Amino acid sequence: MATTEVERRRGQLAALSIAAVVIIVGVPLWWRTTETYRAWLPVSQIKELAKLQLQLSADVEVVFARGTVTPEQQKKVPLTQTQEEERAIDEDTALRYRYETRYRTATIMEEDALNQPSAAEADLSLHTLSESPCGSLVVYVIPESSSLLPEDVNVYIGQRRTALLRIGPQMRVGKTLEQLLAHLEPRIKQVLQVMSFSHNDITAALSDRVRFSPDNKESIADSMRAFKSSPGYEITFSLLNPDPKSHRLHWDIEGAVQTYIQPLLTKLSPVANFSIDSQTLYYTMLGVNPRFDTSRSAYTLNADSLAHVINPVEARLGSNAASSNPVLNFLLYVPDAQHSPLYIQGRKKQEVPSNAFHSPRWGGIMVYNVNGFYGSEPEFPVDINIDMAKVMGVFLAQLRLLLGVQSSTPPPGFLVARCGSTGLADWELDRLMWSRSVENVATATTTITSLAQLLDQIGNIVINDNIAQQVSSAVTSLQLAVAELEAGNLGFALQYSKEAILASEKAFFDPSLLHLLYFPDDQKFAIYIPLFLPMCVPILLSLLKIVSEARQRRREKQAKKD
Amino acid sequence: MKTHVLFNLFATFLLADGLNIEDSAGQFFSSGHTNNWAVLVCTSRFWFNYRHVANTLSVYRSVKRLGIPDSHIVLMLADDMACNHRNPKPATVFSHKNMELNVYGDDVEVDYRGYEVTVENFLRVLTGRLPPSTPRSKRLLSDDRSNILIYLTGHGGNGFLKFQDSEEISNVELADAFEQMWQKRRYNELLFIIDTCQGASMYERFYSPNLMALASSQVGEDSLSHQPDLAIGVHLMDRYTFYLLEFLEDIHPASKANMNDLFKVCPKSQCVSTPGHRTDLFLRDPGSVLITDFFGSVRKVEITTEAIDLTDPIKEVEERPANGDVHKEMHSYVDQLPVSEIIHQNGKLCATSTNKMSLCCFHGDVSECEMQLPRGLGVEGPP
Repeated sequence: MATTEVERRRGQLAALSIAAVVIIVGVPLWWRTTETYRAWLPVSQIKELAKLQLQLSADVEVVFARGTVTPEQQKKVPLTQTQEEERAIDEDTALRYRYETRYRTATIMEEDALNQPSAAEADLSLHTLSESPCGSLVVYVIPESSSLLPEDVNVYIGQRRTALLRIGPQMRVGKTLEQLLAHLEPRIKQVLQVMSFSHNDITAALSDRVRFSPDNKESIADSMRAFKSSPGYEITFSLLNPDPKSHRLHWDIEGAVQTYIQPLLTKLSPVANFSIDSQTLYYTMLGVNPRFDTSRSAYTLNADSLAHVINPVEARLGSNAASSNPVLNFLLYVPDAQHSPLYIQGRKKQEVPSNAFHSPRWGGIMVYNVNGFYGSEPEFPVDINIDMAKVMGVFLAQLRLLLGVQSSTPPPGFLVARCGSTGLADWELDRLMWSRSVENVATATTTITSLAQLLDQIGNIVINDNIAQQVSSAVTSLQLAVAELEAGNLGFALQYSKEAILASEKAFFDPSLLHLLYFPDDQKFAIYIPLFLPMCVPILLSLLKIVSEARQRRREKQAKKD
Repeated sequence: MKTHVLFNLFATFLLADGLNIEDSAGQFFSSGHTNNWAVLVCTSRFWFNYRHVANTLSVYRSVKRLGIPDSHIVLMLADDMACNHRNPKPATVFSHKNMELNVYGDDVEVDYRGYEVTVENFLRVLTGRLPPSTPRSKRLLSDDRSNILIYLTGHGGNGFLKFQDSEEISNVELADAFEQMWQKRRYNELLFIIDTCQGASMYERFYSPNLMALASSQVGEDSLSHQPDLAIGVHLMDRYTFYLLEFLEDIHPASKANMNDLFKVCPKSQCVSTPGHRTDLFLRDPGSVLITDFFGSVRKVEITTEAIDLTDPIKEVEERPANGDVHKEMHSYVDQLPVSEIIHQNGKLCATSTNKMSLCCFHGDVSECEMQLPRGLGVEGPP
């Protein structure tokens, strides 16, 4: 009797201890070993960033030249005004534009500079006096009778960050300063729309967050034409010679790139890195047959067939296998002797002086006719030196368009100076930097928020430490970029926004974040049941047996008592 | 009153006509894409799945013919049929019996081949999460203005597609991958075509915008193969892709055929299974979507109206002067190990006592390391 009692006791103890081990040691061990490592992410800060409140500030300096303000008005100047404009895009994105305008009178040196015979020279000498920082503007108000600007032109926009504004005739008779300022305000605003950020550009830059449908075709075309913001671009210049038997072409591409293209790229270096290469392709035809036009006694390619030119050529172009940066291709096509000269016709059959066309987000092609370089009975092959200045002039214009330097038609009465030899005016660079910063900030915020959402939804993804670090640094850079934009420091804002984009892309596209771990519930059961059920069944049964025996004993004790 | 109405009608007609001309001029911008990509995947291996490789190659051929360059096509073939040792005609993959059409051609660029075609690599290509060492040709470098065509073929079932006979991708994973592509704006519009058994189940779970899907059969139906070739000994193509290829052979780059024509390809009488399609997530009306929007690559072009006046002459590229200041370190190789001396035990290098043999004496420092071998065991001198 005692032995069975001991046996039973032993059995009960064994069952209880096994159950204890399973519950106290086994379950936590299983939990820890099937846990995925998830580093901590700043989720609350990311949620804050989801609601983007951007403030763009620009500093405007309005300088009154002699003859625009009366002496008593002059006493009240210098003064500062701040204007703010709020625009809400959608429920998550809001923009605020802030213009800080400082009014002052011109110094003597500036007056001297404004006395130059033409506006371009005035612009140059004003520039030598002082250099405006990135993102700011200076508007010189000149009297109505000034001879700097031609008759019908009221505003001249220079190559740097200055503009010359001719005061209206109604300000001739003495008016108060407030009236003068009220008269100037809408006109200065017009200048700002051209030279600084405009609402259309900024909303176009936010297209990652807000799929907006703009009103006019021009802005759709603009948004589709330019490359998206990227840390680097590759530019490839290709010379296509389909007829080497007739033409032996020489182009000084190295010198041309160094002289004409490199200054622009150096100026654009805060925006992106560029790498340039060049190649010559032989026996590459256009793929479209040009038609002979008897009225011009030349071969023509009309605009509709241009679209089919690019594809056969692209297969031969090649690209740098090592980088994933977007590629801009610039092709110089010299037609073969049978099909020279070759002209491009516009959509309405009009002549195209540059003889070139470009494709959005791809590059440009220019047709260079060489039949004028040799007589009618030449000895083939003919040596031809290509005029790189003309070629690079066209390519530079195409490069500007493809990089997003919008040249929309200015309002009437505006005269915009032709950009200098670098190919880019300072205010155009500012505009590009504004829209790039906003675009980078918008893209980085969407990337980070969608990454956080993704990681939240899928509990099985492992979040390594490096990803968490990238996310934290992206969040910090974003906050800094937004702060710098508010303060109006454009250069720093762009730099921080670039860092933010790099970090967020690195985090989002990290190879370790692949979600292959889709476990439907029935598969989970199918895995765990064969493992745990055979073990748990005896334990459960023995526990139940212990419980039922204990209850029975208690009942017996109760019965004994009664 | 009547004249007023008539005048209004006339004015609107003129306006509409004017708009039409404007429209056709700017019509090329209506589709919203600037480049095209194609991801073509064949997921099955083994010789008897010849038809899946032929399917993929025929779509590849059509897509290339209509203009998409190799740099924009990611072609994944799970097995090599052209050079398979069971292929009676090596270096060919035929799609029509009697060897009428060789879809392998001589200009095929396969990006992922053989065992590289896995679910993981496929999802990595779609989502862009590739290791940094991946070359450009293996990446899908699309942006928010890219139209992507995705074609999958192989063996599938209700809610899954089999890869390489050992793993499968489920429709939930595919839908999640497309959602991640949408989050990162990696496509403008996406056309998804799948030719497997019960193919319609694969697009049931899509939830991202701008997706259009076609499948060769509904849930519960099998997609059947088209015709065997007795000389090669296997079925050459699947029915749906066979008729799709026939349809695409009639399309040329300037064609105006639209998606409604594509939906009519391979009716039940020809295909035995019922092809299905899904357009509710697509924003545009399928009737206005051209076939060449996805299968071809019609570039938009704009005439360059401006040119910049450059007047500076080209600077002579200066010869890099002989660098006197840059001190180049002269490197030289370390002396070779005096192996012969070690082997032949020349005592010249190291003076040791008679009983010891230093094997490390080429360091020059005899005390550094010494290996003592008792006499008689080590290598004696040359015989």
